[in-house]
Amino acid sequence: MPQALAIHDLHKVYPNGKVALRGISLEVAEGDFYALLGPNGAGKSTTIGIVTSLVRKTAGRVEVFGHDIDRQFSQAKACIGLVPQEFNFNIFEKPIDILLNQAGYYGVERRRACARAEALLEHLGLWDARNQPARFLSGGMKRRLIIARALVHDPRLLILDEPTAGVDIELRRTLWRFLREINAAGTTIILTTHYLEEAETLCRNIGIIDHGRLIENTSMRRLLAKLHVETFVLDLAAPVAAPPVLPGYTVRRIDETCLEVDVPKDKPLNRLFAELDAAGIQVVSLRNKVNRLEELFVRLVGEGRAALAEA
Amino acid sequence: MDARRQWIALCTLVRREVRRFMRIWTQTLLPPVITTTLYYLIFGALIGPRIGPMGGVPYIQYIAPGLIMMSVITNAYSNVVSSFYGAKFQRNIDEMLVSPMPNAIIVLGFVIGGIARALCVGAAVTVVSLLFTDLTIHHLAVVVSTAVLTAALFSLAGLVNAIFANSFDDINIVPTFVLTPLIYLGGVFYSIEVLPAFWRSVSLFNPMLYMVNVFRYGVLGVSDVQVVGAYAVMAGITAVLFLLNLYLLERSSSLRS
Repeated sequence: MPQALAIHDLHKVYPNGKVALRGISLEVAEGDFYALLGPNGAGKSTTIGIVTSLVRKTAGRVEVFGHDIDRQFSQAKACIGLVPQEFNFNIFEKPIDILLNQAGYYGVERRRACARAEALLEHLGLWDARNQPARFLSGGMKRRLIIARALVHDPRLLILDEPTAGVDIELRRTLWRFLREINAAGTTIILTTHYLEEAETLCRNIGIIDHGRLIENTSMRRLLAKLHVETFVLDLAAPVAAPPVLPGYTVRRIDETCLEVDVPKDKPLNRLFAELDAAGIQVVSLRNKVNRLEELFVRLVGEGRAALAEA
Repeated sequence: MDARRQWIALCTLVRREVRRFMRIWTQTLLPPVITTTLYYLIFGALIGPRIGPMGGVPYIQYIAPGLIMMSVITNAYSNVVSSFYGAKFQRNIDEMLVSPMPNAIIVLGFVIGGIARALCVGAAVTVVSLLFTDLTIHHLAVVVSTAVLTAALFSLAGLVNAIFANSFDDINIVPTFVLTPLIYLGGVFYSIEVLPAFWRSVSLFNPMLYMVNVFRYGVLGVSDVQVVGAYAVMAGITAVLFLLNLYLLERSSSLRS
């Protein structure tokens, strides 16, 4: 069975001489929820642009469900739905018209397009706003509108370029739930995001791009297994004057009722609690200090850049 | 994309274009009607009788085909240039570029939209003309084919302008500094027979002259140019512009980086 997306040795040099991609190769399996991460300017949007034909590649090959984007562009494009980073609909058109037009550009028959558009508007909470010009929609509604637009022709591969940038927590959670639903229903999803928590929560596989190179391409589980240390923040029941000395753990005192502890991967949390208990310290709550993936991401990108500098 | 899906895509694009200019009819359909009424009042009713007949017909009747054609040309051009550049400016042109629609369908969709507006305005201006003068159509097929061909040509020209444009200023430069002078000097208000020999020869290089005169031939049966040759010029330019647009949609860095 062909991959949902197969990229082979993709290069991109912009007319101004900027090298955006230096031979990226990756595959995304059908049904996957794949995260494409990287710092700003790493080449994520260029990669997506090439897959969706908004950017012309310099060299390389891209296949979408086995269709070459150069030779079978029509079949390849029909499989893709794109949610861009910026709102790029006609602000004078109504949401219902924006969806119907998009479906029409993909050759979807009017009756089917109407049914699909209405279902999406309803599902994404845009039904009441369907007949007002899109410029009057709130930011969150505009975000949902471009997601609905990307789905109106029922694509097999949905590509989201930072879909939750600038949206509030509640909407982000709503969108996550929605994306999980459509992924469970069979749509392959590729997501670029700066919110690493988002990638960790949603995605099964992950690719990290930096300086136009793919520096990591693995499953989320394997990637997170590379973490050596995790940092936890502990809220205490009673104040402590100084951080306790716990063998094998690094403990810092944030304030009198809050500690920060580095827990090595090979040391169980139970032992930490046992030792805290022995020291007479009671913990009322615990949380990760930073997102685990964020830590790893910074490390991998740093290592990648060091290797590049050496080369 | 099979033929049926391409047809659906084309109908969608045309519907969108027509709805766009209908939605803003006070900006698209009304102004040419008012402008033409003023032309008839001033050049036709007030100044015309002092000029006397031209091309063997009363002056007000002589300028009618030219005024209709002027509105066809300017509206075809401005419809496509503003619609396409607006889509480019807001980046909603990406809706079309990411879709499986072939570039030829995109070009056709915008061009048919331009033709539709040009013919709507042309019809409205014709109605205004009938309030001021009698018009007996001499050759209906010539009238219709010239109007459609001219509207297609200027829709395509507007599309070229829109693809190259990087600002709203860029979409106004050509209509102001190229299109308007060529139209005014293209025999809308006079026959080139009244010009000195040198300027008459220079006028023959103005493509507007051919469109205005063939249309005038269709309406009044009088023309300064050869009708068949004029068709060939229009068809040739239209074909070249169509191919140029296909090339630009594929290669232009302002659409695909």
